[in-house]
Parts: sequence; C-alpha cells; structure tokens
Amino acid sequence: MLSAGFLRRPLVRHLVIAVVLVVVLFLVTGILSSYNNFQIALIASYVIAVAGLSLLTGLNGQISLGHGAFMAVGAYTTALLETHQHWPLALVLALSAVTAAAAGLVTGLGAARLRGPYLAGATLALAVGLPELTIKFTSTLGGESGLPVNPPPPVSFLGASFDPNRYLAWVSILCVAVTLVLLANLVTSRFGRDFRAVRDDEIAASLSGIRVAGNQVLAFVVSAACAGLGGAIYALATGIVNPAGFTLVLSIAILTGTVIGGLGTLAGAVWGGILLVYLPRWSESLSNGFKLNKVVSSNLSLGLYGVVLIVVILAFPAGLQGGVRQAGRALRSRFMSGPGSSGSTGAAAPAGVSTPVASGGGGETS
Amino acid sequence: MLKVTEATVRFGGLTALDSVSLSVDAGEVLGVIGPNGAGKTTLFNVICGFVRPNSGTIEMDGRRLARIRPHQLAGLGVARTLQGVGLWPGLTVLENVMVGLRHQARAGLVSALLGLPRSDRSEVDLRASALEAMERLGITDVAGRPATSLPYGIQKRVSLARALAGSPRLLLLDEPASGLSSAEMTEMGEIITGLAQDMAVMLVEHHMDLVMSVCHRITVLDFGRVIAAGSPAEVRDNPSVTAAYLGNAVDAPGASA
Ligand SMILES: Nc1ncnc2c1ncn2[C@@H]1O[C@H](COP(=O)(O)OP(=O)(O)OP(=O)(O)O)[C@@H](O)[C@H]1O
Ligand SMILES: [Mg+2]
Repeated sequence: MLSAGFLRRPLVRHLVIAVVLVVVLFLVTGILSSYNNFQIALIASYVIAVAGLSLLTGLNGQISLGHGAFMAVGAYTTALLETHQHWPLALVLALSAVTAAAAGLVTGLGAARLRGPYLAGATLALAVGLPELTIKFTSTLGGESGLPVNPPPPVSFLGASFDPNRYLAWVSILCVAVTLVLLANLVTSRFGRDFRAVRDDEIAASLSGIRVAGNQVLAFVVSAACAGLGGAIYALATGIVNPAGFTLVLSIAILTGTVIGGLGTLAGAVWGGILLVYLPRWSESLSNGFKLNKVVSSNLSLGLYGVVLIVVILAFPAGLQGGVRQAGRALRSRFMSGPGSSGSTGAAAPAGVSTPVASGGGGETS
Repeated sequence: MLKVTEATVRFGGLTALDSVSLSVDAGEVLGVIGPNGAGKTTLFNVICGFVRPNSGTIEMDGRRLARIRPHQLAGLGVARTLQGVGLWPGLTVLENVMVGLRHQARAGLVSALLGLPRSDRSEVDLRASALEAMERLGITDVAGRPATSLPYGIQKRVSLARALAGSPRLLLLDEPASGLSSAEMTEMGEIITGLAQDMAVMLVEHHMDLVMSVCHRITVLDFGRVIAAGSPAEVRDNPSVTAAYLGNAVDAPGASA
C-alpha cells in the first residue's frame, strides 16, 4: 500500500528511470571510443536544447526560431566563466542556464503579445542578431574567431589518465538526466497542465484564472534555460565558441529535431538529439560511398538529409516518439488481445485517473 | 451580488450594448435573451473584463470592478462557460476540470520542478475535488478521455463541470443547451435549477422552453438595448419582445444553430 503509493509519485518514477539510464550509459561510455564519447556529449547538448524547445512549442504553443541564440548565451557564459575564471564546473553549468534564462525572460516579455508568424519573426531576428553582438564586443567575446573553451579536467580521483571525452560524456549524461527529470516533474504538475491549456485556448485559460502572458513568459524562461545548458555542453564538447557555431542553421536544426523527435514529448527530444548528430553524418558517408566528385557528393548528402526528414515526417506525423508509441500500442494489442481491441483512437486511455496524455506519460520512457 | 449599471459598449460605429442595467443575486437564475447579435455575449465579455465598457459600471458585492482582468475572476468566485464548448482538446476531461480548480492549488514552481511531496499532495487533492465535480454531472467514466473526442452533449457537461469545480458564487452560462438533444436539454434544465440553490446564475440561451422553465427573471436585449425585463410570464406577454423576435419564431428557434 505504502510502497505502491510511493512508486506512484511522479518524482520517484522519474528518478528511478533516470538513475537506471544514467548507470547504463555510464557503463557504456567505458566501451565506446573517445570519439563516440565526444558524440555523446554533442547529442546531450542537443537533447537538452530540443527538450526545452519541445516544452515551449509542443506544450505551450509558442514557436521559437531563436533557440540557437539562447544556446550561444549559455555557451559564451561557459567560455567566460570556465576558462577565464576557473569556477567549478557545476556552478558554471548552472550559471550558463541562468544567463540564458534571463535572456529568455527578456525575449518572453517582449514576445508576450506576439503570436504565430510574428513570434517566429521576432525570434528569427534574435537568432540572426545575437551572434552579431560577439563582433561588437570583440575584446571580451573574441569576435569572429571566438573564445577557446578548456575541456573540463576529470575529477582527480578518476586518475590522471582518465579520458577527458569520457568524463565529458558523463557530465553531459548527468545534465541530460537532471534536466529531463526536472522537466518531467514540471510537465506532470499543474504548470504543465496550464501550459497546455494556454496552448489550446487562451480565452478559456484566462477564464480559469491563468495569467496567459505570465504563463507564456514562464515557458520561455524554462525553455531558454534548457537551451543555455545545452549550449554550455556544446561549448565544452567543441572546445570553442564562435558566432559561426550559432547561426540560424543551429536554431532551425533545434526546431527540426523537436518536430522530428515528437513535439511536446521529452522522450522525443532524445530521438531528436540523436538524429541531429547522426543524420548529417550518415547522409554524408552514404553519399561519399558513391565516389562522386566533391560538389555533387556534398549536395547529395544535403539532399539525403532532406529526404530522410521528409520521409520521417510523412511516416510519423507525431514524430519518432509518436511512432514508437504507435508501435508499442500495436504490439500490446496483438499480444495481449485484451479489451479495447479496436486498433484506433478509442483504445488509448480509458484508465482515467493515472498519468495524462502525451507529454507526461512519454516523458519518462527513455 | 452582481450589478451592471448603464453599461455601454461601442465597436466602432456599432453599439453592442446601450446603457444596459441588470442585477442578479444568489439563489437566482437570471435569463438574458435576445436575437442573434443582440449583445448577450458582449455583456458577458464586459463582466469578465475581456471588453471594457465605454461607460457604465460593474459591481460585485457592492465593490466596483473597474479594471478587472479575466484571470482574476476565478478568485472572485465568478465562472463562465463559453458559447460553444471552449474545452482544451489536448487535455483529458479530468485535466480540463482540474485546471478549473487551479486557484486552489498550493504548490509553487519550485516544488513542482523538484516533484516535492507538497506538489503531489496538491495534485491529489485537486484530482479528488475535480472528480467530485465530475461526479455531480455524471462524467467520471470519461475522465481519461481527450476532452474533444466526446459527444457534444458530454462536452457541454465537461465545460460546466470545469466552471463548477472552483465552487463559484456567480456562474455565467453562454448557451449551455445549444446543440443538445431535447432529453439532454431537460437534464441541463434540472442541473441549472439545482445550481441556483447556492449560487447566482446568468443564463444566455436561445431555447425558450428552457429559459422559461428555469429562469426566475429575464432580461431581453435587442440591438444592445434592454427592451423588457421581468418574470418569465411578463416577458412572454410583452409585445415588444414578440416584435423583436419576429422572423425568429418565438418558440425554440435555433434548434439547429
Ligand atoms: N470584438 C468585437 N469587435 C467588433 N464587433 C463585435 C465584437 N464582439 C461582438 N461584436 C458585435 O457586437 C454585436 C453583438 O454581438 P454578441 O456576440 O454580443 O451577440 P450575441 O447576442 O451573443 O449573439 P449570438 O446569439 O449570435 O451569440 C454583434 O453585431 C457583433 O458582431
Ligand atoms: Mg453570443
């Protein structure tokens, strides 16, 4: 009785899943190459940023083409604090998220009255404009050539010969776990419900006592904080921050990852992150396999990238996570042939009192 | 409880409300009727703070609501259902009703983020009260279903449950019976009569049978002006009301709309 209630608590559920995954991934990093570990860190940075955007766009209905800019804020904060001030890593990462959150607050307040295409335009301007600042303030931010970022030295008890990339993979996996647990908690709480209510109908939301503008600003702040943390890890992984790393292309990639992974689901953010790192590489190596000349081959890889995106969107309108869920449901109805046998919509969730919809439920699985 | 005094609203050249006065008290159902475009929804919008009146005042318990914002209403004990249903499609029925209860929630952002017991307890309480409100309207069996996947009549009940969940003192109903079958309409009438035991109800409705049977008093609007007010019998026998409805049959128009 007590233990059942204990396990039902969202925090406990989220933590159990997170801890299991973290342990598994920690073990896996031991057998992977140093380069693979670097890729894990890169994936982690995307996963965190995508999860944040997924909350903003998928759950709160606000689009952002400017998340690359929030990543830049986090990345530059890390570069300035970690490399020049030598502050402890955890503090640097936290402050990177905080500065990005502050940028998100300003943007969110400014965008409170903007909807749809206007919001897209405003955030697009942010994505294009913010990196320009680094050139304005060349002396502190390094201009075009940017700032170097020292890889975080592994904590001393791991020994001097511990692979820094493996350590970085650990740090970033931990960051992903912490972020996703916090987000999963938030999403299953009344705040998550309010986010979705505002997304679906602002008038009804305000009649129920929700301050619509405040709710939207909150979503922006949380989302930007995630992007900032993602940017911080990105900086640690790549070892350099410069404006070329945070162009509009990055912002669009984050949005792509969000949609492909599955809008509004945290598990989808993981798919999105993996895809953003591996898909360009796969398409590149595939097109190189054809042994064509350079120009054709590089265009072919872009083309393949685009084709895969289109196919995924057509095949899984609800994103990869939507596809995973569909497959799970199909398997369940085939092997359990229980009640609710009709394959379509109705079978989904008559359970009633347990976990709600997409977001909350999907959040913890992976 | 609620008193509207000489409220006037103009949209450009159109006068949507023209010096409208009315009041409603606890235990009472006030009907607001009138042809399409008469200003009924606008009247609700003024009370809720979506539209600022060009002149006139709104008072609640003798206190003037000068710059009321919609999100403050729930705290004042005012709830409203929207014309149509206005449910959130991405939320389950239970969640829709739980949002209606949100001003009773105690957990703050930090405890929600960290998933602290305080947040869980608050959720458990909310869920219990929401189920209670749903019980009253007989919709507990669809608690886990996406709200807009249900038949229209059930959705109407959900939106009423959402409004009632927060135990309002004043309930504004904008066409709660539109789109309902006549059996469902009879049930809705009984529900509304039951509600008026402990709150004030303002009912905007086109179905005359329903209005005549549940309202204690009726105010008739036409082109934004009050053209009649009084008991159902008085209003029914008022020739200017009949005239205003000419072209819209007095009995049960809008059965399709
Ligand atoms: N925001 C607005 N801007 C401009 N005109 C408006 C606005 N809201 C309402 N109106 C106009 O005010 C008039 C009254 O509209 P209202 O919605 O209050 O009518 P109603 O009595 O609720 O009608 P119905 O029975 O069709 O719901 C209509 O002519 C409408 O077009
Ligand atoms: Mg209306």
